[in-house]
Amino acid sequence: MSSTTPSAAASAPLRAARKGRPDRSQWIGLVYIAPAIALVTVFFVIPLGMTAWMSLHNWPLMGGHSFIGLDNYVAITKDTRFWNALKFTLYYTVIITIAIFAVAFPLALFVERPGRMTGFYRTSFFLPVVVGFASASLLWSWLLNVDSGLFSPAAYQLGLTPKKVNLIANFDTAFWSVIVMVVWKVAGFTMIILMTGLQSIPGDLTEAAKIDGANAWQRFTQITLPLMRRTLALALILSVAGSILAFDQFYIMLRGGPRNSTITAVYWIFNQSFVSFKLGYGAALSMVLLVILVVLSLIQLRLLRNPEGT
Amino acid sequence: MAAATLSADRGTLGSFVARHSIGLFLSAIFIAPIFWTLLSSLKPPPEARQPPLPPWPTTGFSIENYVALDSFGAGLWHSAQNSIFVSVSSVLLTAVISLLAGYGFSRFTFPFKNLFFIMILSTIMIPFQSILTPIFLLLATFKLQNTLTGLVLVYVTLQLPFSIFMMRNAFDAVPKEIEEAARIDGARSVALLTRIMLPLVWPGLVTVALFAFLNTWNEFIAALVLMTDQEKFTLPIMMTAVQSGRFGAINWGAVQAGVTVMMIPCLILFLLLQRFYIRGLTAGAVK
Repeated sequence: MSSTTPSAAASAPLRAARKGRPDRSQWIGLVYIAPAIALVTVFFVIPLGMTAWMSLHNWPLMGGHSFIGLDNYVAITKDTRFWNALKFTLYYTVIITIAIFAVAFPLALFVERPGRMTGFYRTSFFLPVVVGFASASLLWSWLLNVDSGLFSPAAYQLGLTPKKVNLIANFDTAFWSVIVMVVWKVAGFTMIILMTGLQSIPGDLTEAAKIDGANAWQRFTQITLPLMRRTLALALILSVAGSILAFDQFYIMLRGGPRNSTITAVYWIFNQSFVSFKLGYGAALSMVLLVILVVLSLIQLRLLRNPEGT
Repeated sequence: MAAATLSADRGTLGSFVARHSIGLFLSAIFIAPIFWTLLSSLKPPPEARQPPLPPWPTTGFSIENYVALDSFGAGLWHSAQNSIFVSVSSVLLTAVISLLAGYGFSRFTFPFKNLFFIMILSTIMIPFQSILTPIFLLLATFKLQNTLTGLVLVYVTLQLPFSIFMMRNAFDAVPKEIEEAARIDGARSVALLTRIMLPLVWPGLVTVALFAFLNTWNEFIAALVLMTDQEKFTLPIMMTAVQSGRFGAINWGAVQAGVTVMMIPCLILFLLLQRFYIRGLTAGAVK
């Protein structure tokens, strides 16, 4: 398909010329978009089709593959480790989304109005966002290290713990360490989105409510929150979609441990496809993940298109 | 806390002090990990192995941690070169392709235009993590497995939905009259694009380039899956190998140095081009 697109683009003006259509010069537009279409076709549309196709096969890395129908999908229903990974991913998604909003909303209120130093505050809170997830994870894996890191030795030296605690050795401390890292890394992003939402609320609305005697809390719940519904929906969906695809931080900081308790859905697919090289099975798992994300995106489109119908 | 600060009258000294104490404290928390790493990376290796208390070097500054990085595998500077090649090529290709496509989608009417546009934009809904296996096989078919070129092509494709959306909007914002005036003056399509339109959509293009750089410089899972040869590792993959102890005992001083090398370009570019970044963020968020 990729090879036909550029040639179709080239022949289009000619065809138009033969028919003598007046807008044939417009068809040159196809030439301008041809490189983009070619890339998206080769590296997105075709792989997408291949994922679906491969999911119906037993497909090892070496040797031939064989058509097995829906067997991979049947196997998924019995794959308790995948369901555990999915369960963990959803658990993580819920906790991290709440945590991000709990931090980002107050920050957004704090930096919403321009004032002295506000630019500096916005920039500081936002800086971790531009650092990549891999860099942030490497950085925090050092801070969390029991011997050379910051937290355990500091707690020990301050006398908070009787001995150095290895934070990544048990599930709860490891999990919450990742939560703290991710909140530090992405709260600034959510803050900016919420801030633009806050700034789009007309000032005279809140002023009028103030004159009518509404207190700060009433103004916040009666005016600010309802008017921010679209922004909230957007920030929520972005956070949820990003969290469901979490991989870097759990791979780099925890290696899925302790005892495989922090394997996310993408991590499990990665293991099946590129560690065990069960490419067909990995493709079927990918299809499940893909359906979840597409459903989420459709909900998003709906929420954003229709501000009334939440 | 923040609500109280917000409702407080900013004219009084008390609320002024409260607001800025909170602000400076929170800023310090957000910036601290970055500075902590930066400072610790400058310690001599024996000190860098100790807990970073205090964060600054106490036994003299040293760049040995950075020197040590080059002893791992193919060497950090080799990986840095790979990262630079991949990011710069991706930025250039993304800029050119999205500039052309944005122009095409904004200024011309042709068959299936909306279909193509929706096709490109809708790829944003699909997690690319789910199509990595076929991409791996496709690159092998094209004899591009384990090549930086292959990785660049994949990265550019992933940048396109956002970039084309940005560029189409940038072109839409340019009044048609400017173009018509130039046409009457005899400017041809390509000259029109590069001489007349480019300066007008320049801010959009900077935004696109900035996002392309940050995204490709920091990308992890695709590089991890597609680049299996140590010679082709990008920085995040290389540093993860160092941090996992793949090259022997974990050298935390080297990890601090590597993380610093990974963070600095992003921080500098962001601080220089902040307004372009925020523009991209809000354009993506509002539309």
